[in-house]
Amino acid sequence: MKPFALALVAALWAGTAAAETIATGDLGLVIERATGSVLLVDQSDRAALARIEGLGDLSHASLVYSPDERFAYVFGRDGGLTKLDITTRQIVGRVVQSGNAIGGAISDDGRLVAVSNYEPGGVRVFDADTLEMVADLPTGGKTIGLVDAPGRRFVFTVWDTGESWIADFSQTPPQITTIPGMGKNPYDALITGNGRTYITGLFGEDGLTALDLWSEAPEPIRVLPGYGRGEQEMPVYKMPHLEGWALTGREFVLPAVGHSQVLWIDADTLTETGRTQTYGQPVFAMARPDGRQVWVNFAHPLNDTIQVIDTVTKEVIHEFKPGPAVLHMEFTPRGHEIWISVRDANRIMIYDTRTFEKLREIEAESPSGIFFTARAHKTGL
Amino acid sequence: MDDVPLIRTQKPDRSAPALALTMLFLATTAFAADAIDPAALKRLVQQDCGSCHGLTLKGGLGPDLRAESLQHYDPEVLTSVILDGIPDTAMPPWRPLMTEEEAEWIARYLQNPEGK
Repeated sequence: MKPFALALVAALWAGTAAAETIATGDLGLVIERATGSVLLVDQSDRAALARIEGLGDLSHASLVYSPDERFAYVFGRDGGLTKLDITTRQIVGRVVQSGNAIGGAISDDGRLVAVSNYEPGGVRVFDADTLEMVADLPTGGKTIGLVDAPGRRFVFTVWDTGESWIADFSQTPPQITTIPGMGKNPYDALITGNGRTYITGLFGEDGLTALDLWSEAPEPIRVLPGYGRGEQEMPVYKMPHLEGWALTGREFVLPAVGHSQVLWIDADTLTETGRTQTYGQPVFAMARPDGRQVWVNFAHPLNDTIQVIDTVTKEVIHEFKPGPAVLHMEFTPRGHEIWISVRDANRIMIYDTRTFEKLREIEAESPSGIFFTARAHKTGL
Repeated sequence: MDDVPLIRTQKPDRSAPALALTMLFLATTAFAADAIDPAALKRLVQQDCGSCHGLTLKGGLGPDLRAESLQHYDPEVLTSVILDGIPDTAMPPWRPLMTEEEAEWIARYLQNPEGK
């Protein structure tokens, strides 16, 4: 046995020396919107590791991760779909799949990547390995709120027609269900972490519309119709985002449109449970992963400020100004820290979410979206 | 000082740079509310108009705002759209956030970005 054991040790040692192991579980990417680059960051070290360039127009860009947290698929505004290998820090694939795109999603099995397009309006679906197009789904309008749903499905909604689509790729050809009557000008949507409820926010009317994806034939469910009734609506300089499904125990919290409020909704009954007045019109209302706090940023010209709301009392417990143009926030997966992109300061600021102490600043070029790899394992992200 | 018609873009007199700089500073302070700041307005167009119309203004949720797409509009029409928005669309009125002069500057800048 002795020679065998020795050989095994030698083989292991050689293997270690030959291939450096790169763990990606605490890495992330930050969109640098003006320069068409992304910054690879390390959450534990609170550091930038590398800049990857050549991704085109990244205003309003977002990305998703492969299930192994090795590849990122970046959705650019110019219709570019770029596949990055974050272990080699290189672009490994890129297609310009439309003239004007707005986000994307990856299927639950990680095999399909879907992109939502304004021009031409619709969704295109690509093979996650090769980036070859496997389906083209024209919707006849600007398509928003694209999410993945369990069962190899994608759900999305059309701004112009108020119609939601469910595209089921568990069968060939994919089965399409359209659901009209979601409301006037849906601007974004989210899916709950369990993959059951799809909620779209409406710009053209006060209210939201939900679909129960566990139902055989989902019907539009009106949520908070006329929530701003009797109140003067304010001009909207920045559409809110519905992302991060801010579930806080039994409730979730959503930004109001045209009002300086966040809205609290019971997750089971989809009825209102409260409102919190905020500093300005919210853009993102994101729950810390444990659900105890909600962090809110605001539209131009009040976009230098963040408020933190306690989800038990629904009251603002902290307010501060990280700097000019706070565009996005991302919690570490267990919520002990939050990373905030401050576009016009060219910085990412990192804060402790309990003490609110600033822990670090990282330089970045006009940073916007921050995406940690832990998103790979969450429905809707 | 009030009648000195100085705007920020004016170049200081080479023969008296210190004095010109001082006047420029005073004027900027005194007329901060009225002064046109091209760099700030360009940034606003790119970043804030860009959030709906795209960073390169080629369109997004809102339409294409590139010069070639806007040539046939009267600058006054564009100015009033900027100031008052378009009802029943996502285009908000920007009047609460800028002066008429600034809106007019933006309208002309959109139609002729090279000229500004």
